[in-house]
Formats: sequence, structure tokens, C-alpha cells
Amino acid sequence: MKRKHRRFVFVATGLAILFVAAALILSAMKESLVFFHSPTELAEKPELADKRLRIGGLVETGSVERGADAEVRFRVTDLENAVPVRFKGLLPDLFREGQGVVVEGHLQDGVFMADEVLAKHDENYMPPEVADALKKSGKWEHMKKTFERSGEQSGEQSQDSKY
Amino acid sequence: MTVELGHFSLVLALVVALVQGTIPLLGAHRNDHDLMMVARTAAIAQMLLVGIAFAALVHAYMVSDFSVRSVVMNSNSLKPMLYKISGTWGNHEGSMLLWVLILAVFGGVLAWFGGSLPPALKARALAVQAWLAFGFYLFILLTSNPFERLVPPAVDGRGLNPLLQDPGLAFHPPFLYLGYVGFSMAFSFAIAALIEGRVDAAWARWVRPWTLVAWVFLTIGITLGAWWAYYELGWGGWWYWDPVENASFMPWLAGTALLHSAIVVEKRDALKGWTVFLAIVTFGLSLLGTFLVRSGVLTSVHAFAVDPARGVFILALLLIIIGGSFALFAWRGPSLKGGGLFQPISREGGLLLNNLLLSVAAAAVLVGTLYPLVYQAITDGKISVGPPFFNAVFVPLMAPLLVAMAVGPLLPWKRGDLSPALRRLWVAAVAVLGVTAVVWSQVTDMSLFGFLGMALAAWLLVGTLVELAGRIRLFRAPITDSLRRLARLPRSALGMTLAHAGLAIAIAGMAGAGAWKIERIQVMAPGDTVTVAGFTYTFEGAQPTRGPNYIATRGTFTVTRNGKPVATLEAEKRRYPVEKRETTEAAIHPTFWGDLYVVIGDQKNTDGAHVTRIYFNPMIGWLWAGVAVMVIGGAVSLSDRRHRVGAPSRRRADVFGGATARS
Repeated sequence: MKRKHRRFVFVATGLAILFVAAALILSAMKESLVFFHSPTELAEKPELADKRLRIGGLVETGSVERGADAEVRFRVTDLENAVPVRFKGLLPDLFREGQGVVVEGHLQDGVFMADEVLAKHDENYMPPEVADALKKSGKWEHMKKTFERSGEQSGEQSQDSKY
Repeated sequence: MTVELGHFSLVLALVVALVQGTIPLLGAHRNDHDLMMVARTAAIAQMLLVGIAFAALVHAYMVSDFSVRSVVMNSNSLKPMLYKISGTWGNHEGSMLLWVLILAVFGGVLAWFGGSLPPALKARALAVQAWLAFGFYLFILLTSNPFERLVPPAVDGRGLNPLLQDPGLAFHPPFLYLGYVGFSMAFSFAIAALIEGRVDAAWARWVRPWTLVAWVFLTIGITLGAWWAYYELGWGGWWYWDPVENASFMPWLAGTALLHSAIVVEKRDALKGWTVFLAIVTFGLSLLGTFLVRSGVLTSVHAFAVDPARGVFILALLLIIIGGSFALFAWRGPSLKGGGLFQPISREGGLLLNNLLLSVAAAAVLVGTLYPLVYQAITDGKISVGPPFFNAVFVPLMAPLLVAMAVGPLLPWKRGDLSPALRRLWVAAVAVLGVTAVVWSQVTDMSLFGFLGMALAAWLLVGTLVELAGRIRLFRAPITDSLRRLARLPRSALGMTLAHAGLAIAIAGMAGAGAWKIERIQVMAPGDTVTVAGFTYTFEGAQPTRGPNYIATRGTFTVTRNGKPVATLEAEKRRYPVEKRETTEAAIHPTFWGDLYVVIGDQKNTDGAHVTRIYFNPMIGWLWAGVAVMVIGGAVSLSDRRHRVGAPSRRRADVFGGATARS
């Protein structure tokens, strides 16, 4: 092969791989991006139904109900609006009422059918998504204070009353 | 007192780094041997000083010195000793100190053992190391001081996140950092070569072992993390394409490419500019990983605390290091004369294809990881890019790489011909058909991903063995002759065979566990049975139990198959009173064809019924075994005489370069 041909082979292979990669990325972005919404946005935009999405907020206090068949129902709230959620499976270890949570799934007849529940990994840490949802609903300042207070308390109490 | 000693040592190390970053550069420029030798002394001094600082912090954790803020925040007197020690790096401040400790140790090792390196190259590489260290010392001292005192001292500490109290995770950060920071050696050599304007076969021969060391450690570190996620998080998976996982995976992909392109520089004196570029990119991605994980811009278990000052500082450091390196590369890179083009069908052509695919894959992962951040900055909306995206992009890019991986090693250097190589691979083609047929007869769920993965694994494994058989003339010479050849095989060739074969085994594990995982969630009362994948699980009930710093509910399951007992599994749900956290301890019974995996959840009502989750994870053990073989391959290759860290001198290397060009 002549020098010119060889260079052509390299450039063509490189461009072909880049082109394929770009095409893969673009098509995958179209198909599999999951958008994040707060419960208020969900209430305001009915067109979001049937789409796969994530919602974030706090687990409403007193809303957790456990069904007969490993099914759990609860409500996710940004303290402005709340969305009923249904989930079948084991909840993450840090899932608690009044704490931040992110759920992924789709809306069906006004109920959010979650197939994934993500709770934060660390008690002193609020997922940014949840913080944002609370900021949007204008409840962040209020929450931040109670949140920080509870953080301080947890350090001082050496023993949980539960045990 | 020891705490202040540690703090003071770190400040001294900062000063020493400043000296090491300037005087040797001047010396190399003026060709003044005495000034260049400052680098050696300074690097060893830095290693000792940071060593003292780190030891002081570990000591504070071991004796639970609750007058130190970091200890109070992350330790507790009730914690077992292993986790008291691993707690040192289980937090932001301590982990950054570990980062600079490893950087200083690599610098010290280079200074100590790199005696045969040309003095100017060594002095410049150590100076670059020192500038990196300087930036990170400043970062620690200004924004994340682990030696900060707490006045008045606390009575007891708040404990370490129980998820991190685990043997797998105790060693995950050190190995990961050994990998990340190990790539700084290739980076420093690349920058030194750019300053010097010279890259040759000998340069590649010095860079390769350091890259290989880093690669081995990073592979171990990533796998420990995946293994931990598998057995500790209790969701039955091992990889989630989480941004922090990607942060460690991107340098791995780029580092793997670098490992292969350095071979081309060494053997064929080509791809020089590209290899220097890759060395910069690989370390740049390591730094990006540190930034993403440490700055708290991403939601993850690794985001210890969200402090904007730290994020901005690391981002600035990242921009200076990467921006500066690329500017230097743009300025000096064109002066690196390449060895010209080569034939596309040849060993080096195959290695180039490897580089193209790996770097494009790394770029694709980068796009997916950063896209949510960019999207949020532009539109203020939030999105998440999850496993479906990465699987759709990554798998099609890796499939051709795996196909080519079996062919490449069969091609000779310089000028190859595809058809003899493909003729030798007929056994691999038969293996692909055989494996596909066997899988077809065994599974009910026709997963394209699963079939593709198993077929590629068979192709790569058998193809790799074909290459080995050719080298030792298996079946074409008497068996004793073949064994003698095997024993005399260059270690680097044997290492390649092991690493490629290990990847094939690991791919089989990924495909099996990814495609044919079975999951059952149900409520079980004591005495209830469930059958999953032919195994019958009987729930024997749950009892409370106690550990050193936790209390737990322990559920017992007996497993039978066709009436014969298989195993007794004990899954726990632990509560850590100090940290007020719960963790899930999955019970796992590994078998050759897959793991039995049981998780116990909340109690349903008073009669002792619990939510349980039972998985069958087919072939997952192959993944861990395959990675172990890859790591062994890396270590074997590293033990090659020609890869010794003390590497041959430039003159000798040139003589060897001619003689071993075909090995």
C-alpha cells in the first residue's frame, strides 16, 4: 500500500469509529435519559404521565403503608405538593419518613409506580436533587434549619432511645 | 503532640516540594549535576515527611484522640481496630492525606531506584511530581486540614458510616489511589519528555512498568469497590454506571490504552505524540475522578461533605494541571518526530485499533458522566444518565475490540496478513458455536446481550490460548519441548496471555450475571419455602443478635436442591446505634455456575414474617476470578526482567530494542 493509501485507511477507521460512537451516544440519549421533576412540577404538568422519570423530595411523615405482598406505599412531598408512590421490593436501609428520597419509575393514573428507590447514603447529606426540589417549592430555608438541627443532635446523642 | 508533629511535617513537605519543583529544573536546564541531584534528596525527604504526617493521623485514630476534629467526626471508641485504622482514609481529609502519601511514595521510589535513568529526565520528572504534590499539600493545608483540633475535646466520636465498615472497603481507597496516583508517574515522564523534546524506545521502556503498576492497582481498587457493592448494598448487582464508578473507570480505560500504545513506542518508535497525549489524559482523568468524587457535585456515597471552597480549589488545580499540560503539549508536541506511518494490518495496527476504541469508549463514558452537569448548567433542568445509556453506548464499542483482541496478537510486527491469522482462529470459531449452542440449550430467556457476551468470551479465551499454543509449538513439537518453551516464554508475553484470558473469563461473568439474573421478592413466614433457579429456600425464622458495635436481625435460610441440602444461609439486617444507621448484610453461597444470594428486609407483622429478596446470580464468580487472573497477568508481566522499575540504561535499551523486536 502506498503512503497516501495507508494514511487514508487510518483516518477513515478513526472517523468511522468516532461517527459510530457519536451516533450511539445520540440515539442512547434520546432513548434512555431520565428527567428529574419535583412533585409540584408533576402536579402542574400532566403531560409527564407515562414517561420514565425521577421525582425527589421528602418521604411524607406518616404516609408509609406496607401492603400484604412486599408492596410499600408512601408519598413524596416537596412540602407544597405530594405524589403517591407505589413500590414493590426492599427499601434502601436509609429510607425513613421525613427524610430525602429519589424515586424512579412512571406515573400511572395519578400514582407513581416506582421500580427504584434511592435514599441517601449518609445521614448528614441531602441529595442535591431533593434540596433543589425543596428550593423550588420555597421550603428550603425552613427545611435546612430543621435539617441542620437534627444533624447536630445526632452527634450529641450517643445512644438512640430505640435501643 | 503527635498531631502537631504530623501537621508540621506536612508544612515542611510543602516547602521541600517547592525546592524539588524548582532547583532540579534549573539544574537540568544548565546541565548542572549537583542541582539535579537535589531532586533525589528532596523526593526521599518528602516521602519521609508525609509518612510521618500520615502515621501521626493513623495514630490519632488508633488511640481515638477525640481532641482531633476529623477523629471525632469519623471514629468511635467502640469500633473494631481495623475500622479505626481504615477510618483514617474513610473521610475527606484523611483520604486526601493518603493521596499525597502515595504520591510522595511513588516519587521516593523513583528517586531511590531510578539510578539508571538519564539524570536530566529523572530530575525533570521528579520536579513535575513535586509541583503536583505542592498543589495538593496546599489544598489539604488550606481547605481540608485533617489535624484540626477540636476545643473542647469531644467525649466520644460520631462513628464511621457503617457501609464503610467492611473489609472490602477498608482497602478499596488505598488501591484506587495507588492506581490514580500511579498514573502521575507516566504523566511526569510525559511532561519531562515534552520539556526535553525527546521520546524514544528507552523512554517508553521506563514509562511502561510505572503504568503497569498503576493499572494493576487501579484494577484491584475498582474490583474491590464492585465486589463491595455486590455483597454490601444488597441489590444483587455489582456495577451501576454511577458517576463515581465512571470516575474510576475512565482512567482505567485510558490507562489500558496507554499500556498498549507504549508498546508501539518501544518496539516501533511510532505513536510518540499520541502516547504522551494519552499519559496526560490518563492522569487528567484520574484528577477529574478525584474532583468529581471529592467536590460533592455528584450524589454518591463518596461525597463526604459538600464544601464549595474545596470544589473550587480542586477544580482550579485540575484546570491548571490539565490546561498547562495541554498547552505544553501543543507547543512542544510537534517536535516529537514520529516513526512514520505503518501498515494497517500488523501488530502495531491492531494496537492502534485498541487505542482508538478504548479512547473513544472513555470519551463516551465521559460524555455520559458529565452530561447531567452540563445540562443542569444550561437549562436548570435535572436529568440522570443511567445504565441503559451506558450499556447502549459502551457494549457496541467494546464488542469489536474483543473480536480484534484475539486477532491482534497473532499478527506479526510491521507487515501482517489477515488470512493466516484468521485460519489459526478456526478453533475459536468452533468454540463460539459450541458455547452458543450450550447456552441456547440451558437458558429460557433469549438475551442478545447474554449471547453476545458469552460468544465474545469464548472467542477471546480460545483465541488467546491459540496464540500461546503457537508460541510454545503445542501439538507440533513433543510435549516436553512445548513445556520447556512455556517456561522460557518472556514474562511480558505470558502476562499478556493471562491478562487477555482473564478478561475473557470476566466477560463471561459479566454477560451471565447481567443477562440471566433471577430475582424474587416475597413475604416469608417461618417455614415458608420459595424455589429460585432450581434451589429451594426455606425460611427458618429470624433471631436478634449482637456484634461489637451493632445489633442485628439474623434470618436463617436452608437451601436444598432436589431434596439434597446445599447450604445454610444467614442474612442480617444490622443497626449501628452510634451512627443510627442500618445496613444490609446479604448471605451469599457461591457455586461454580452462580451465587445464591439472600437479603432479609423488614419484619412484616408480629408472627415473624419478613420481606425477603432472593437472587440467583449466574456466573458472577467468573467475574471476580477473571479479574484476579488479569491482575496476576499484570504482576507476571511486571516481573519481566526488561520491565524492572530500575530499567536499563538508554544505550543498553537500544541494543535490546533491536534484538527483542519480535517478542
